[in-house]
Amino acid sequence: MSIEPTTLPVRSGEDVVKVRQAVRTLAMDLGFSLVDQTKVITAASELARNTLTYGGGGEVRIERLNQGPKRSGVRLTFEDRGPGIANIELALTDGYTTGTGLGLGLNGARKLSHEFDIWSQPGVGTRVTITRWK
Amino acid sequence: MNRLASRLPAIVEQHQREILAEWVRLQLESGNWRAGRLQESQLRDESQKFIGLLAGTLQNTVQFDARNAQWAELREFLSELSRSRATQGFSPSQVATFVFSLKQPIFGRLRLALAKEPEALADAMWEINTLLDALGLYTTEVYQQAREAVISRQQEELIELSTPVVELWPGILALPLIGTLDSERTQVVMETLLQRLVATGSSIAVIDITGVPTVDTLVAQHLLKTVSAAQLMGADCIISGIRPQIAQTIVHLGIDLSAVATKASLSDAFALALKRRGLAVTSSTAAARG
Amino acid sequence: MDRVPILRLGDCLLVTVQVDMHDELAMSLQDDLTNKIVATKARGVLIDISALEMVDSFIGRMLGNIASMSRILDAQTVVVGMQPAVAITLVELGLSLPGIRTALNVDAGLALLRRALDRGDEGGYVD
Repeated sequence: MSIEPTTLPVRSGEDVVKVRQAVRTLAMDLGFSLVDQTKVITAASELARNTLTYGGGGEVRIERLNQGPKRSGVRLTFEDRGPGIANIELALTDGYTTGTGLGLGLNGARKLSHEFDIWSQPGVGTRVTITRWK
Repeated sequence: MNRLASRLPAIVEQHQREILAEWVRLQLESGNWRAGRLQESQLRDESQKFIGLLAGTLQNTVQFDARNAQWAELREFLSELSRSRATQGFSPSQVATFVFSLKQPIFGRLRLALAKEPEALADAMWEINTLLDALGLYTTEVYQQAREAVISRQQEELIELSTPVVELWPGILALPLIGTLDSERTQVVMETLLQRLVATGSSIAVIDITGVPTVDTLVAQHLLKTVSAAQLMGADCIISGIRPQIAQTIVHLGIDLSAVATKASLSDAFALALKRRGLAVTSSTAAARG
Repeated sequence: MDRVPILRLGDCLLVTVQVDMHDELAMSLQDDLTNKIVATKARGVLIDISALEMVDSFIGRMLGNIASMSRILDAQTVVVGMQPAVAITLVELGLSLPGIRTALNVDAGLALLRRALDRGDEGGYVD
């Protein structure tokens, strides 16, 4: 069950900052510890940057998850209509990059999340979903 | 069981006062109530309230169903009672006995009222027996939940208590770890240590694992992560208190601790920390003797 | 457009990153800082990130670039004030900021620079 999903654009560097702020607000609201807040916004930042740099921009859906009183979390879905990823396994390797980063973006976001899901088709786009529980 | 046929509600309602008096007398006699910190007046109040609620609810139904709204008030009362008795030091069976001990006075009343009607008596006995059993078990359930809440709170407190970060010298902190390190505890330990480094402006931390019974791959990884995080912040860690068996385990597991300074004892680590800070300990008496 | 302020402290430069870094800002900081190192003949650069709520691989790379560029211009870089939560996240992320010296706060960073400059280090990573 999830309530109040928000969708934000990811089209500029300033959008990336806004995404981080929105994710932090939600994580704080759910009572995440400071370290957990930092982990989820860092993951959000990595993925937002990927959407911008490799996907040519897109959007993110931010969801609050509530599964019973003890289990709450944040789910983020980044989607773009960019060139897609031909070899997902390779893209998930630390240090691999086609751009200018350190190549830690995708795998870094995976390490900082409890659930990670990626869908991509060359020429169609990419969708990455991560979940971090409290 | 058919409500119209049941004689139980009417009898309990009619003889409520006698049942209460008898019940309170029995409870006081048994001494069960003295097990915890409970006042006699409170026992009377609670007994009266319970009988009142029971008699009222029986007018509607004689079958207990925790999810049914008809039982909400009685259920609420029992939950509260169970929680307060748990904190007063009663055992779960003593809490349930509060409910079970009501059987005797009600049985007595039923026997008097239905002396000439054995079938109705048997039915009513069965009903009240089943009902009070269910209510008694309900208190046990609530008691257990209350206890679990207490335990999990204590666990959290224990985690916080068990990570004292002490200042050995200005700029040198020590974290004596005691007990098993799991990942939740390690996160707390890491955070506490790193925060204290910032707060005290200390550039060296000694992590002493004398009190850690075993070091497996996971524990070693946690330690290494703490060391790396401290390094990123500009502080150095020294790991001390490595017992011979642990040194063997570390090597057998293939864990690489070469990036970290390790010392056998806390005092060796302290000496290294002082040296790194450009400090030395000298003996004043030795100097005097020449 | 926002700019990250760069202060001069003797022969060192102090950069306090207080705003949420985005790409354009990071790029302009690299430009401004390299220009200023040359203009002031600075020997050391302190980057205070105590106000940063997170460091992702992009900012990590920016810090690494600044350190490398400064080194080429004969100045040494120390990153100071990283928050514990940020450090824990970086470790989890697998980012170790190789080649970057760190210190707990500005004072400790300045002392570290002083010692390194007095020793006449060539700016390589020591310790």
